[in-house]
Amino acid sequence: MKKHWYDYLWILSLTYLILGFFNILFAWLGLLCFFIPLIISIVKGTKGYCNRYCGRGQLFSLLGGRFGLSRRKDIPKWMKNKWFRYGFLIFFFIMFFQMLWNTFLVFSGTRKLSQVVTLLWTFKLPWNWAYHGTLFHPGTAQFAFGFYSVMLTSTILGFITMFLYKPRSWCVYCPMGTMTQLICRAKNNSRTC
Amino acid sequence: MEQKIRKKKKALVSAQECVACGCCIKVCPRNAIEIWKGIMAKIHMEKCIGCGKCATECPGSVILLQEVQP
Repeated sequence: MKKHWYDYLWILSLTYLILGFFNILFAWLGLLCFFIPLIISIVKGTKGYCNRYCGRGQLFSLLGGRFGLSRRKDIPKWMKNKWFRYGFLIFFFIMFFQMLWNTFLVFSGTRKLSQVVTLLWTFKLPWNWAYHGTLFHPGTAQFAFGFYSVMLTSTILGFITMFLYKPRSWCVYCPMGTMTQLICRAKNNSRTC
Repeated sequence: MEQKIRKKKKALVSAQECVACGCCIKVCPRNAIEIWKGIMAKIHMEKCIGCGKCATECPGSVILLQEVQP
């Protein structure tokens, strides 16, 4: 099948993850993965981002598919249940707002910058080697640490389910995917809600 | 001579469970799938040859091959 330029976006996703190990401020670029899908779904009413441009999905299908790092088993039923998907979306939202709150605390001067990346919302890893100061307020760095935690955590979850089930199992419960699908449903006013 | 009639199979998407990720589109050799309004995958039955590639690829395993009347 003919390859398009957007079939190589997995390179950007991989680069993003690697850059976070060198300078945490690159984490800000990850906002593109949040805004582009939302804009596409709001403006065009499609899941064009998931369908074409999602570099993370491509990375999973490359590693799980061509590299064979997947058992290719069916995903458990509860994981594709809409309540699990919506629940995960809400959980993700809560964690995201908690991260924004921590950023706000650093901006307001109530709390000092903590140079850690929190994996799976639990494990705090020292990440000071990827922070070399910022021209802006330390709050911008706090956001970068928090946002990179979100991105790395979701990548790890994606890798786990890639290995256990099918390569792109992450797509089933991806909060962005769930959110853009909800937007598309609302926008297209479907009866299948 | 008696001829064995094999029933044709076509891909069928579970509308309630489909997450519209679009993994199936990429593997369909006949371009028979589209994501309908960002809500679910739709199979164009006249193009589908029932090869099952989409069913294997689907991360949620929500595509099944079903026999259809000829």
